[in-house]
Amino acid sequence: MESRSILETIQMVAEENLDIRTITMGISLFDCIDSDGERARQKIYDKITTSAKDLVKVADQIQEEYGIPIINKRISVTPIALIAAASGDQDYVAYAVTMERAAQALGVDLIGGFSALVQKGYQSGDRKLIASIPEALAATSRVCSSVNVGSTRAGINLDAIGEMGRVIKQIAADDPINCMSLVVFANAVDDNPFMAGAFHGVGEADRVINVGISGPGVVKRALEEVRGQAIDVVSEQIKKTAFKVTRMGQFVGTIAAERLNVPFGIVDLSLAPTPNEGDSVAEILEEIGLESVGAPGTTAALALLNDAVKKGGVMACEHVGGLSGAFIPVSEDAEMIRAVSAGRLNIEKLEAMTAVCSVGLDMIAVPGKTSAATISGMIADEAAIGMINNKTTAVRVIPATDQDVGGSVEFGGLFGRAPVMAVNESQPKAFIERGGHIPAPIHSFKN
Amino acid sequence: MKAIITVVGQDQVGIVAKVANELARLEINIVDMSQTLMEHNFTMMLSAEWDDQQLSFAAAKAALEDLSQSASLTIRIQRQAVFDAIQKL
Repeated sequence: MESRSILETIQMVAEENLDIRTITMGISLFDCIDSDGERARQKIYDKITTSAKDLVKVADQIQEEYGIPIINKRISVTPIALIAAASGDQDYVAYAVTMERAAQALGVDLIGGFSALVQKGYQSGDRKLIASIPEALAATSRVCSSVNVGSTRAGINLDAIGEMGRVIKQIAADDPINCMSLVVFANAVDDNPFMAGAFHGVGEADRVINVGISGPGVVKRALEEVRGQAIDVVSEQIKKTAFKVTRMGQFVGTIAAERLNVPFGIVDLSLAPTPNEGDSVAEILEEIGLESVGAPGTTAALALLNDAVKKGGVMACEHVGGLSGAFIPVSEDAEMIRAVSAGRLNIEKLEAMTAVCSVGLDMIAVPGKTSAATISGMIADEAAIGMINNKTTAVRVIPATDQDVGGSVEFGGLFGRAPVMAVNESQPKAFIERGGHIPAPIHSFKN
Repeated sequence: MKAIITVVGQDQVGIVAKVANELARLEINIVDMSQTLMEHNFTMMLSAEWDDQQLSFAAAKAALEDLSQSASLTIRIQRQAVFDAIQKL
C-alpha cells in the first residue's frame, strides 16, 4: 500500500476528527411482553443485558486494534409503548428505570426506545407512555425518548402534536437539560443508530448492529483543496470523501457484528458535528462559499452537501439506512453557535434547511416564555415538511426556563451549548387546539 | 497478524535502530518500510507481520507504547485491514 494512502487515513483520524460516532445494538423486546409489568421489566432487563453483554468490550477492542475512535456505544429497543401496553401498569416510568439500570450495568452511553408511534392514532400504551415521559426523563440520565407524530403515508396527528408541546414544557419546568433526550418525529426510521431518536423498529430482526459515522472535519479539509473551483468539483470532492468515511463505517460495523455474533444492519451515512473545533457542518457550508451559515444560499449549499454525502456513501457500504445526511444540531456545532450568537442564523432559516438535510430543528434553545402551543406549532411545521417531502424531520427544542434571547443552555461534552433563539411570538393556539388529524397528502401532481 | 506502524518524532540518531530492535525482540517481521524527513520531523512507516498465537496485538501495542515513551516518539500501530477497507475498492 502507498504511504500516501496510509498517511491520509491516519490524518483523517488524528487531525480531522474522523470517528465512528456510534455502534448501536438494536434489540427487539417483543418476546418480553407480559401481562404482569414486573415480570415484563425483568425480562426486558435480562434480554438487554444478555444480548449486549459484550458490546462495550468489543467496541473498545476495535478501537484499540484499528486505531479508530468509537465515541458511543448505544442500545435501541422496540418502542416501549408497544411492549408495556399488555401490562396493566398505569404509568411507564418503571420501564425507563429498567432501561437505565440495564444501560448502566452494560456501561453503554445511551439507550433509546422509550417511544411511541402515534402518526395515525393512539393505542392504550401510547397515551400512558407519553404522559410518563417527563417523569421518566427526570428519573434517568441515559434513557432517550421519541414520539412519531406524522408520516407521509398516514398524515399528521395534531392531537399528539398539541400534547407534545405541553410535555416539552413540562420537562423544561423540571430541568431544561432533560429536553435533549426527547425527539418528536415525522417519518421516524426503524434503524436509526443516532440518539435521541433511536428505537428498534417493529419490522427489524431480533438483534442487529447499526453504525453511525461522523467526519465533517474530513469533508471540510478535502474542500479546502478545491477552493474557487466550480460547484460540480465540490460535489465530486464530497462524494469521494464520503466514500472513504463510509468505508470505515462499513468496516467497523462488519467486524463488530462478526465479533458479537449479531447480524450487521446498516451504516447511517451522516455528517454529525461536535462542538470541537474543526468538526462542524456549518464550516463545510462556509468552505463552500458562504460568509456565514444562515446567509442566503445556505439551503442550496446544504442540499448539495447532503445529496453528495449520500451519493458517495451509498456505494461504500452494503446497506444504508438510518437518517443518512448532514445533521444541523445548533448546540453541537461550534460554528452554528457562533452564527446564532452573532444574529446571522435564525429559526426560520434553520426550518428551511431542514427541508433539505437529514433531520430537523435540533438542539435549539427557545425562550422560557415560549408557549406550549408555539412549540406545537413548530412541531407541526416540521412534521408538514417531512410529510410532504417524504423525508424524516424532527424537533428537539429546549425551552430555557427563566431565560430569554441572549441567554444560553449548557449541556456539556459533545452536546455543547445552545444559545437561546428568538421565536415568532404570534400564537398558533387556536390552530393547535382544533386537534384531530391532518389527512395524508396526495402522492401525485407533485409541484 | 498484519499491522501498519507509523513513527513520528524529532529527528535524532538511531530512531530506525531503536524501533527495529524492539520489533526484532518482539519477533515482529518488517515486511516493508519507508522513511523520510519532513522539515525536522522524522516519519517512518512500517508494514509488519507476526504470529498472533505468540504475541497478542495488545501486547505488541503496549511494548511499542513503552518505546514511544522512552524514545520521545509518537508510535502508532493499527491492524492493516482498516487501511485496505478505506483505500481499496
